[in-house]
Amino acid sequence: MSDPTMLATVDERPRSLAGDAWSDLRRNKIFWASAVLVLVILLMALLPSLFTSADPTSCALANKHKGPTGAALFGFDSQGCDVFARTVYGAGDSIQVGLFSTLAAGLIGLLFGLAAGYYGGAIDAVLSRGIDIVLGIPLLLAAVILSARLSGPGDDGVTAVTVTLGLLTWTSAARVMRSSVVAAKGQDYVSAARMLGAGPGRLMFRHILPNAIAPFMVVLTLLLGANIAAEATLSYLGVGLKGDAMSWGLQISEARRQARVAAAPLVWPSAFLAATVLAFIMLGDAIRDAFDPKLR
Amino acid sequence: MFRYIVRRLLQMILTFFGATFVVFALMFANQDDPIQALVGEKPISDTLRAELTERYHLDDGFLSQYWHYMSNLLTGDLGDSLTGREISEMLSSSWPVTVRLALMAIVIAAVIAIAAGVWSAIRRGGLFDNGTLMFTLLLLAMPVVVLAPVAQWIFGMELGWFPATASRNATFYALLLPAIVLACTVVATQLRVTRTSVVENLRADYVRTARAKGLAPRRVVWVHVLRNSLIPVITLIGVDLGVLMSGAIVTEDVFNIPGVGSKLAQGVRTEDGPLVVGFVSVLVIFFLVMNLVVDLLYAALDPRIRYE
Repeated sequence: MSDPTMLATVDERPRSLAGDAWSDLRRNKIFWASAVLVLVILLMALLPSLFTSADPTSCALANKHKGPTGAALFGFDSQGCDVFARTVYGAGDSIQVGLFSTLAAGLIGLLFGLAAGYYGGAIDAVLSRGIDIVLGIPLLLAAVILSARLSGPGDDGVTAVTVTLGLLTWTSAARVMRSSVVAAKGQDYVSAARMLGAGPGRLMFRHILPNAIAPFMVVLTLLLGANIAAEATLSYLGVGLKGDAMSWGLQISEARRQARVAAAPLVWPSAFLAATVLAFIMLGDAIRDAFDPKLR
Repeated sequence: MFRYIVRRLLQMILTFFGATFVVFALMFANQDDPIQALVGEKPISDTLRAELTERYHLDDGFLSQYWHYMSNLLTGDLGDSLTGREISEMLSSSWPVTVRLALMAIVIAAVIAIAAGVWSAIRRGGLFDNGTLMFTLLLLAMPVVVLAPVAQWIFGMELGWFPATASRNATFYALLLPAIVLACTVVATQLRVTRTSVVENLRADYVRTARAKGLAPRRVVWVHVLRNSLIPVITLIGVDLGVLMSGAIVTEDVFNIPGVGSKLAQGVRTEDGPLVVGFVSVLVIFFLVMNLVVDLLYAALDPRIRYE
């Protein structure tokens, strides 16, 4: 406590929930580790050329199954392609699908949860049954059909998989949003705003939403990891990305048959995929712990 | 209890029709030319086209088509796969090995989850507890598309401890590695729920009473606490079944087990529409029914749930 900077941060002003959470997060090593990992992965998805100068599509059969070299860290696969370059470039489509499908799911979940929680009654009953119905279908089974239906021939499948996962994975976000809106709706500040004449739109988006959004964001962080894994599963089964697209799921699917001869093309995309999912799970857990001190 | 069952059944009927309706709509709505899709690339004659339209009721309205789909489904008539085999026959020949695999996975997951969950709850904050926390985190991060091929490569090929593939009449030993992989997809959440629930129950009054009576600590934990702690774990079974189904599709495909999952995966790869539709419909209905059973079981085990 002798540290003057520590004393300086003690302010007379009551801190907000987000401020409290941030000061907890700042001291959490797991949060920093996962945040750094997430940033590296995002950078890899945006600018793969920062990580490798090799072109993942220029392959020479002469290099088939060659071991690691200085330039190609992970060696070459059965087509003579640079495994490191392919793994790095695989981040692009995997992350893109994960990110956009989670955004879509978040938007649907936000609107469903907000409407169900705020209006209650018959609207809540109808919307909640809708959520139950979508939850009643195992994700992969519905995704296999929907994704196959949405992607046309010759298409790389990125849009199809993004839309599929967005349409099928919003339920948990909607449920969490609904229950936190129900909790926030009864607070005094909402009644006060209503008495001052705020309309439903203003009440929902200016007063209730900011106070109900934290658990929702946590669910979305976890969902991002799950959707990246789901994309890999769909691509593995042949109804996900295809053609020119490059994703870890596709690479695993291609490398699996040759694992006996060359393991590197199987192991590295698997490791990157697992590390990405792990990073998002740890980040989500850390944020949840910071926002919900009860769970500790 | 009676009111709870009636209410739950009514909800189930609604969900059942809703879910089958969604699946049906996903499969059949706005299909450009289902007949062409059915026969593939070949050109078709007008008479054949008329006959197929008649047989599949393609001129009927959407709701009427849904009605035909549901009545066929409920009478067990799933139609033929593009390979010419009857889908219901393919299903009945492939489910035994899948059920064996799933049961093995459930038993393995339950034993590990309960033993490790209770142990880490007793020694909360200890080395074992932190170790299992890390371990479950790693398992949660491993999608089955990573776990299955990598496990097959390490334990099936490199180390050679297990057979790398399994047949229809696979022995217990041949199914062990795929079952462990499948168990890994559900064990992490089960373990964490067991641990949390045991930690909560250890603080309960009845535990203090049992201890005060002078019961052996082992009996208090493994009989009194465990019985009450397993109730929330049972509700997980319903969710886990969906995870196991998804897992089985990939696991069976990787290990070449000729079960429901690998048939479905093959159907997806060869774009065998009728096969995929038939299998998915049956699996969705199975999932819904199992979830209803789990909910009723939950109400029977925990009287508190009936009076919400």
